[in-house]
Amino acid sequence: MRTVSVPFAYMPLVDAAPAIIAEEMGFAASEGISLDLIPAPSWSSVRDMLAFGRVDAAHLLSPVPVAMAMGLGGVTTPVSAVSVLSVNGNVLGVGRELEARLRAIGFAFDFADPVKAADALASVRSAKLVFGVPFPFSMHVELLRYWCERTAIGADGFEIRTVPPPLMADALAAGDVDAFCVGEPWGSFAVEQGAGALLLPGNAIWQFAPEKVMAVRSDWAETEPDLLGRLMRAVWHAGRWLSRPENRSTAGEILSRGAFLDVSADLIDRALTGHVAVSSQGEIRHVENFLCFHTGGASFPWRSQAKWIANRLSGAHHLGDEISLDAAARVFRSDLYRAHLQDTAADLPGASEKLEGAIRHPTAVASTKGGLSLLPDAFFDGAIFDPTGLK
Amino acid sequence: MVAHLTIVVVEEDRDRAIAIVDALKESADCEVFVIGNSSGLARKIAAHTPDIVLIDVDNPTRDMLEELTLASGPLERPVAMFVSSAAGNLAQAAVEAGVSAYVVDGLSPARIKPVIDTAIARFRMVRQMRTELAETRRALEERKVIDRAKGLLMKTKGIDEDAAYALLRKIAMDRGRRVADVAEALVTAAGLLG
Repeated sequence: MRTVSVPFAYMPLVDAAPAIIAEEMGFAASEGISLDLIPAPSWSSVRDMLAFGRVDAAHLLSPVPVAMAMGLGGVTTPVSAVSVLSVNGNVLGVGRELEARLRAIGFAFDFADPVKAADALASVRSAKLVFGVPFPFSMHVELLRYWCERTAIGADGFEIRTVPPPLMADALAAGDVDAFCVGEPWGSFAVEQGAGALLLPGNAIWQFAPEKVMAVRSDWAETEPDLLGRLMRAVWHAGRWLSRPENRSTAGEILSRGAFLDVSADLIDRALTGHVAVSSQGEIRHVENFLCFHTGGASFPWRSQAKWIANRLSGAHHLGDEISLDAAARVFRSDLYRAHLQDTAADLPGASEKLEGAIRHPTAVASTKGGLSLLPDAFFDGAIFDPTGLK
Repeated sequence: MVAHLTIVVVEEDRDRAIAIVDALKESADCEVFVIGNSSGLARKIAAHTPDIVLIDVDNPTRDMLEELTLASGPLERPVAMFVSSAAGNLAQAAVEAGVSAYVVDGLSPARIKPVIDTAIARFRMVRQMRTELAETRRALEERKVIDRAKGLLMKTKGIDEDAAYALLRKIAMDRGRRVADVAEALVTAAGLLG
């Protein structure tokens, strides 16, 4: 079989692992493809490389394809999210100034309770809390807004600014931002640098949040179905490999290489194992399902997840009724996922939508192989999002 | 007469910034502002209410500009990335040359074109220089490694420099690898064993 090279753009983050592992552990080769992995300096750059055809596939923030379909942001080339690369994995943290104030009131940095954390933050703030995030269309923004609006921080009590994670420590030191929400390894990096302390894992706000997706141009998906299938299967196998605990240290070693993340394997292991150091004082917290690549059907692109995102974006950007949320949510291609993974060991769910937030315990659901169990997906406030009836 | 264009260039390197500003001023009737520091970038740009914003594609602070594309952002007028305006093929050339341009909605392509053309030419030149510099640096690094490998061979095998180099080249040819790679492997191995 002739090997076809597929250019793939990514940001050097722990959650780019399925693409990196697909190439490095030979899952791509066994599908007769090789991934030409191209690291990008910014999310705009990843998006543009994909939109302009410099690459055929990309590691993207899950809200980006949805936002593009709604006409938000700079580029509106139709893009399809063919699978979810990772679920959860973000951390919220505070700079040294806020950390000191929180410690002064005896806050324990339990890295678990979003209501207590918000109460504590609200009680020590002197003005609006300014959070730095990597990109305006991101799960980071959505989680922050959801949490702030429903806690003591309040809808008017915060502001969100875009700060590239490598510049976050400087932005904290300069007082441009007070706190941040970033993906790994940047949270652990901030802790290592002594730039601040971690307050909450992202999944304390939403237990099963689609974080990154694998995106392709929709026209490419149409014209290259065979190549797309091979790419999706390779990445799916990589996700399954990553979900096995015995592979974590190998994964950490590979990701830590100079060509990929170029940070120590120890820092990466924190995200892969869910054993997170929350402060430079060495306080370690364990988080269940801190970052998922495969377990609980993690890579399935649920239409209901996309609808939740579309609904939130529509509210935040005051979009009128003329923009169809249902159409925007169709960029999560559960149809392509089914079509290309049906002949693998993937256990496909019977439905493509679920009530987001309704699962409180691991729950067996109808699936093609009968063995799929979904992980808890509750929102911290107990709300349930019903995707039916959204236009 | 049409009012002149306001252009913001985001560039940290002073010399590069000056070169770009000079080129832009020659190409169009425009006022150009340079912003070097990334702190509060979106707000600083918005303060100039620019018609066009130019930034290096490789600049990580580009994501801060994305906020400008939101009408509810700090800039009242929504800004689109150049690609979505009329002259689409120019955008691709721009990205390939290493510049991203953000243009205020509704600005006519005829007014944008000379600016973007100039920016493309200028950024392409800069990118080429940067590539050449990186290559020179790499060649220099490789020569250093080869010298060290030669030194190791001369010492351990008691041969002269020419023989050491001939040996490296022979191994490289036999293995189908570059001399620099063989030298690198030798230096690494020697480091481990020593």
